[in-house]
Formats: sequence, structure tokens, C-alpha cells
Amino acid sequence: MTSRRQFLVAAVGIGLASGAQATPESMREAMRKVTGGAPVRQGRVKLDLPTLVDNGNAVALGVTVESPMTPADHVKAIHVFNEKNPLPGVLSAYLGARSGRAMVQTRVRLADSQTVTAIAQLSDGSFWSDSVQVTVTLAACAGDS
Amino acid sequence: MASAHADGRRSGYSFMTPETRAMQDDDSVNPATLWVLDGEALWKSLACAGCHADMKGVAARYPKVDAQHGLINLEQRINACRTQKQKAAPFAYESRELLALTAFIGRQSKGLPIDIKADGRTKPFIEAGRATFLRRQGQLNLACTQCHDQQWGKTLLGNPIPQAHPTGYPIYRLEWQGLGSLQRRLRNCYVGVRAEPYAYGAKEFVELELYLMWRANGMKLETPAVRP
Amino acid sequence: MTTARTIVRVPPSAKRGEVIEIRTLVGHTMETGFRRAQSGELIARDIVRSFVCTYNGAEIFRAELHPAIAANPLIIFTAVASESGTFEFRWSGDNGFAASASAAITVT
Repeated sequence: MTSRRQFLVAAVGIGLASGAQATPESMREAMRKVTGGAPVRQGRVKLDLPTLVDNGNAVALGVTVESPMTPADHVKAIHVFNEKNPLPGVLSAYLGARSGRAMVQTRVRLADSQTVTAIAQLSDGSFWSDSVQVTVTLAACAGDS
Repeated sequence: MASAHADGRRSGYSFMTPETRAMQDDDSVNPATLWVLDGEALWKSLACAGCHADMKGVAARYPKVDAQHGLINLEQRINACRTQKQKAAPFAYESRELLALTAFIGRQSKGLPIDIKADGRTKPFIEAGRATFLRRQGQLNLACTQCHDQQWGKTLLGNPIPQAHPTGYPIYRLEWQGLGSLQRRLRNCYVGVRAEPYAYGAKEFVELELYLMWRANGMKLETPAVRP
Repeated sequence: MTTARTIVRVPPSAKRGEVIEIRTLVGHTMETGFRRAQSGELIARDIVRSFVCTYNGAEIFRAELHPAIAANPLIIFTAVASESGTFEFRWSGDNGFAASASAAITVT
């Protein structure tokens, strides 16, 4: 009979049993790779995540960025990072002047309650960000199959 | 979608966050639609239309008891067609094909009220299913009724306990990250109370399915639903 | 080569210059590579890695996916409806995974 911890771990689907876990430092390192060390300002970016989720396996996530999305002034990329999944990267989306709006929506896995961060890279080379703290609890009667 | 009844019955839908509800409400973002489309393709390639018209209302009336098959659920009815009419191999429980077909058939009853008759034929099986629902089981020595009749709405491991009405099967369960049948969900319950689950297709499960559907009589089907 | 069911939703028509929303869904388990089987063995990573959308041949949106993207990946984004034509969608990933879909639009 599987132990309760294995039960709960299997239930989330990510599996900390492998021993891997991102840390705030590895998340900062992943962000540095994207920004090249340039300053990241808070603002212009809106990261939408529910503060409380039914199940960490599929959490609705949306990012919108204030931008006219013209050839001269647009969002080139949106990068999403997390701090407690095994890997820090979540999604990188590449947009342009033909996007109309700077927006992307998806569903993500969150292994634990944690902070998720979205960074937008603008055509003028600047970086902007937003962060959300999400509480993740597990489904009840967690039978694994 | 209205999910509250004057008698206090509520679908599992009403216990979910707005985000999970949104995932169910729109076919274009509901992952279960992938299986519905597969089912539609299978319906064509297996030439089901050779005997059957559309399946509107069918899923709302299963499990049923008929003279030929006795107590039978939708999965078993599909396999009866496979083996007896099409002279082909039955689909395994929880196989992609069987889930796709039940999702496709069930989708055609979305919005219709569950319609299970309690008559001379069905009553013994409904009572057998009710006995299972009321019986303490497993190492945790819990009966379904203790959580789902008496403690619904209270939080267990961070999620509210629903009333256990099978209003949307087969469901896309976030826990499974895939589609599954009511029996798969019941097996999870059995493991949850540390009891040995019955095998797929066991008469105890089909009786319990019948009881649960009868208990949810009149509630609208949401197939294919999304649940945590 | 693995094929998979896809669902794409593009409005069938739009006014020139209108910003339209595009919804895409692809069937894929997105095995993270961090789960263990009952035996204790690690289940190998198997995910969709990349998604590309072109509009009359020009790339207008691209995404790189990590194991943190939920199973049966949903990606929603927008595009400026500039001319009639076709949106093409391509997913690719581990173990030679490839899926594609397309949708036509009339722009007036």
C-alpha cells in the first residue's frame, strides 16, 4: 500500500519524489537568462491566476500587457516562471505587431502553494513583470488511478 | 447552468471554483471534447448509424434493466452491441475507444434530466446499490453516506465534499489529467477509504451506479463534465 | 510519428483590423519526467515543446512549453485580422510528436 505522502505526491502529477525542485535562486537564474541582467520593473503586466485552486494539475493562467502592439512599440515575448515546481520555466510566448493584443492564456501545473511570475520583454528592450501568490491544496480521497 | 434544486440537491459543478466551471462550460477549452470528437469519428467508422439514430436522451436513462441483458450500464450496452451485433471484440474498460463512445453518446444528453425509473425490475438493484452506499467499508470504516449525505460542503484535504451525484460522466478529472468513467471514480473512493475496489464491470459497481443515478433523478446531465 | 486530436477555434469572419481571439487545444499527456511508476522507476519526460501559428504563411505567434504546462495543452492568443486566408497551427515535441490543424478566415 502506497504511503500517504506518495499518494499526495502522485496526486499532483509532478512528483517531488524525484528529488528535483526549483528554488527561488534557480528561478532568478532562469529569469536572468532571459533578461541578461537588465532591470525588471513591476507594472504594465497583469498575471491572472486564481488565488485558490481546485487541483494543482490544471490551473488557469493568463497574462496581459499594456501595449499598443505597433511595429514601433510592442511586446516581443512573455515568459512565465515559478519557484517550487521541479523546473523554473513554465511558458515562453513570442508575439509581435500582428498580435493585436499582448495576451496569452493557458493552464499550468503547480506543485505547491507558490509565487508565479510573468516577465514581458518589450521591443524597446525593457522588461516588466507581475507576480501572484497561489494557494494549492490537493483533491480529496486522492486515489491515484 | 442551474445546479441547485429546491430539495437541496447540488451538482458537483456547484462546489468548484469559477475557473474549473469555465473549463467545463466551453467545449473549445474542455479537454473532454478531444474524446467526444474521437467518439464521433468512431461512431462513423464502426457504422453505428446502421442501426442507431442519434443518441439524444440515451445516457440519461442508464444504467437500466431489460429482459435481454438484466442490469446493464452504458459501457456494457456498447460492448453488447460489439459482441452480439457486430461480432467484434468488446472494448476494454477505460480504453480510449470506450471512453470516446460514452463521451460522444453522453454529450448528446447534455442538459437533459437524469431519468431512472424505480419499478419492479429496477427496485431490487436500486436497493442493492443503496445498501452498498450505506455500508461502512475499508480500513477507514466509512460509508459513502457519511461524507456525501451528512458532511457535504465541508472541506476535506482542501476541497469541498460534493454530494456524489453522477451528473457529468464520463468526466475529465483534473486529478487524472484525463477522461474516466464513474466506475473509475468509485474505485478512487474505495482506495480513499482503504478498501479493496471491485473489478470494473462488477455487479456491485453497476448496482451502485444505478442507485446513484436514481438518487440524482431529475438533475441535469452535464456530460462531459470537468471535476477536481 | 504520433498524431493527436486538436481543437482550434478561429472566428470564420472578421472586419479588417479587428483583433480576434484564437483558441487551441491539443491532446497530449505532457508527461513531466518527474513522476515515478509504482515500481519506483522515473517515467521519462514526453511533452509538447513548441507551438507555432502562421497566418497566410507568416509566423504570428510561437510558444515554448515546459513540463509545467498542464496535460492537453490549451493556448489562447490574439491576432489582427488583416486579410482573408488560412491560419496554420503546428505542435511538435518529444519522441517525434507532431500535430497540425488549420482554420480559414474571411476578412472584409
